[in-house]
Amino acid sequence: MPEQLIWGMEVFLNGLMSGVLYALVALGFVLIFKASGIFNFAQGVLALFAAMTLVGIMDGQVPFSNLINAVFGTEIYSFGWHVPALAAILLTMVVMVALAWAVNYFIFRHLVGQEPIILFMATIGLAYFLEGFGDIMWGADIKNLDVGLPQGINATIDEVTYNIFGYGFFIDNLDLWATAVAALLVIALVIFAQYSKHGRAMRAVADDHQAALSVGVSLNFIWVMVWSLAGFVALVAGIMWGTKSGVQFSLSLIALKALPVLMLGGFTSIPGAIVGGLIIGVGEKLFEFSVGPMVGGATENWFAYVLALIFLVFRPQGLFGEKIIERV
Amino acid sequence: MFYREAGDFKTSYTDDSQTFPIRFDRYRYYAVLVAAFAVVPVVIDDYWVNAVFLPFLIYAIAAIGLNILVGYCGQVSLGTGGFMAVGAYAVYKLMTAFPEVSIFFHVILAGGITAAVCVLFGLPSLRIKGFYLAVATLAAQFFLVWLFNRVPWFYNYSASGQISAPERTIAGVPVTGAETAPWAAYLFCLVFVTASALIARNLTRGMAGRKWMAIRDMDIAAEIIGVNPLKAKLSAFAVSGFFVGISGALFFAVYLGAVEVGEAFGINKSFLVLFMVIIGGLGSIFGSFAGAAFLVLLPVLLKNVLVGTLGWPTDLAAHLELIIVGSLIIVFLVAEPHGLAQLWRVAKEKLRLWPFPY
Repeated sequence: MPEQLIWGMEVFLNGLMSGVLYALVALGFVLIFKASGIFNFAQGVLALFAAMTLVGIMDGQVPFSNLINAVFGTEIYSFGWHVPALAAILLTMVVMVALAWAVNYFIFRHLVGQEPIILFMATIGLAYFLEGFGDIMWGADIKNLDVGLPQGINATIDEVTYNIFGYGFFIDNLDLWATAVAALLVIALVIFAQYSKHGRAMRAVADDHQAALSVGVSLNFIWVMVWSLAGFVALVAGIMWGTKSGVQFSLSLIALKALPVLMLGGFTSIPGAIVGGLIIGVGEKLFEFSVGPMVGGATENWFAYVLALIFLVFRPQGLFGEKIIERV
Repeated sequence: MFYREAGDFKTSYTDDSQTFPIRFDRYRYYAVLVAAFAVVPVVIDDYWVNAVFLPFLIYAIAAIGLNILVGYCGQVSLGTGGFMAVGAYAVYKLMTAFPEVSIFFHVILAGGITAAVCVLFGLPSLRIKGFYLAVATLAAQFFLVWLFNRVPWFYNYSASGQISAPERTIAGVPVTGAETAPWAAYLFCLVFVTASALIARNLTRGMAGRKWMAIRDMDIAAEIIGVNPLKAKLSAFAVSGFFVGISGALFFAVYLGAVEVGEAFGINKSFLVLFMVIIGGLGSIFGSFAGAAFLVLLPVLLKNVLVGTLGWPTDLAAHLELIIVGSLIIVFLVAEPHGLAQLWRVAKEKLRLWPFPY
C-alpha cells in the first residue's frame, strides 16, 4: 500500500477523534437551543470556566485571590490542600448548577419572548462576563489539568497497525477515552430526553413553551435544568480539552469551531452534532494533510467555516435540521 | 423648550425633507461640527488623539457600516474584523504601488475594494438566514485573516509579515507615518467620519434605506411588495463594506501605523464593533457614534481609575473590563434593547416639553 494512503488513513482516524471533541462542545449548544431557542455563544467559555474551576478546586486555590491581594494588600494564593479528582468534579458540578440558576435568574428570565438575535447577543455578553470572571476568580495563567485520564500513544493500535501496514498509527489514548465518554454522554442524553419525566418536559418546552406552561411544566425549572446539563457537557468537554492542551484562554475558541459543526448538523439535532463534528474533524485534517502544504498550512483556522458555508448554500437548514418553512 | 417644532414652518419640499428638520437640532449639529473642526484640533494633544479621538472616530465609521448591515438590513455579520483587514491591506498595497496618488483617494478606493469583497461574502445571505448567516460570516473573518497572514504578496514580502504605513502627505502635511502631527491625523479622520455619517444618514432615509428596513422586518413580505432581495441585501453588504473598509484603512494607516493582521483584526474586533452597534442602538446613526464613544472611553476610564488611581495590576483591570463590558451588554439588552440612541430620543422628548411638561 502506498505510504501516502496509509498516512491519509492515520490522518482520517485522528480527524475522527478530534471531530468527537468538537461534537462534545456542539452538543451543549444543541441542548440549549432545543430547549429554549437560545443560541448559546458562551458554551466555549462555559467549558473554559468549568475546567478552570475544576483545576482551582483540585489545587485548593483561593478564589479571587488576585483581587483580594490587590485590594487588601495580602499575599494569599492557596488553601494548601488537594481535593481528589472525583470530589472536585462533583464540586465543580455544584458550581455549574449555581451558575445555571444565576444565568436564568438574572438574564434569560427577563428576556423571554425576545427575538432570537437579542438572546444571542446576550449570550455573547455572558461569554465576555464569564471570561473576565473566570480570570479574576482563578487567575489567567495556563494550568495543567490531570484527572487521571491516560495520555500518550495507544500501544495496542500502534502494534496492530504496524503488523498490518508496516507503519504504526499514532492514536492518542486520551482521544479514545474522549470518544468513549462522548458516546456514553450522547446515549445518556438521548435516553434522558426520550424516557425520563424531566426529559419529556424539556422537549415539551422546546416544542411550545406556552403550551408546556399550561399543562403545568415549570419553565424556570426546565431552563435551569437545561443550562445545568449544558454546564455538565461543558465540564466534560473542558476536562477533555484541558487535559489535552492545558486550561487556557484558547479553550474558549473551540466554541467557535463548534459553530460550523452545528451548521452542518443542524441546530436542533443531537445526532447532527455528532455527525457534523465527525465531518468537520475529518474534513479539516484531510484538507490540511492534502492541500495545506501547497497553500502555506494552518488551513484548519478557516476550513471548517468555508466547508459549512458551501454546504449551507445547498441545504440551508443543515443535515438533520428541521425544514425551514416561512410564511408571511 | 428645546427641540420644539412649533413656529418652525416649512415652506418648501426641500425644507421639509432636510436631514435635521427641527431648527434647534440643526443649530446643535452645526455647533458640533464647528467644535469638532475648529476648536478640538487646536486644543488636543498627542495623548488625547491616540487614546480617545482617533479610535473613537475610526470605530464610529466601522460602527456606522455595521449598523447599516445589522441594524438596518438585519443581516448579522461577525466578519467585521476581516473586512477591516481588507481595507487595511488594500490601502497598504495602493499606498506602496502608487505613491504619487493622494492617500485620500487610496482610502476611498480601499473602501471600494472592501465593498466588493463584502458583496462576495454576502452572496450566501440570499440562501442563509439568521444564525446560520452569522456563523457563515465567520468564514470571512477567519479566511481573510489567514489569507493576509499566508500570502506574502499582501505584505510586500516583508520579513516580519507585518505591514507598516509609509509617510504620505496631504497639501504638504503628513497624515500617515511617524511624523504625523496629532491634529492632522485627527482632521483627516474627521473628514471621513463626517462624510460617512452624512452619506449613511441620507441613504437610510431614502429608498435604499427603506428597502433595507423592509428586508430586515420580514424578507418574504418585502419581496412580495416588490423589494428585490438580491439588490437590497447585496447593496447593504456593499455600503457596509465600504464604510468598514475605510475604517480599516484609517485604523491601519493613521492610527496604528504598523499592523499584524491576527492581532489587530482578529475575531475580537468583530465583536467589539458589534457591541458598539448594540449598545449604541440598532438602526441609528447617532447610536453608532454613541456606542463607539462608550466602548472607547470605558477602557480608558477604567484603566485610569483602577491602575492610575487605585494602583491595581493591569491584567486585573483588563479582566474587570471584560466583566463590566459583558454585564453592560446584558443590562442594555434587558433594560433598553434599543441602546443609547433610545435614551437620547427619550431625553429629546423630555427636553421638548421642559420646563412645562403639560
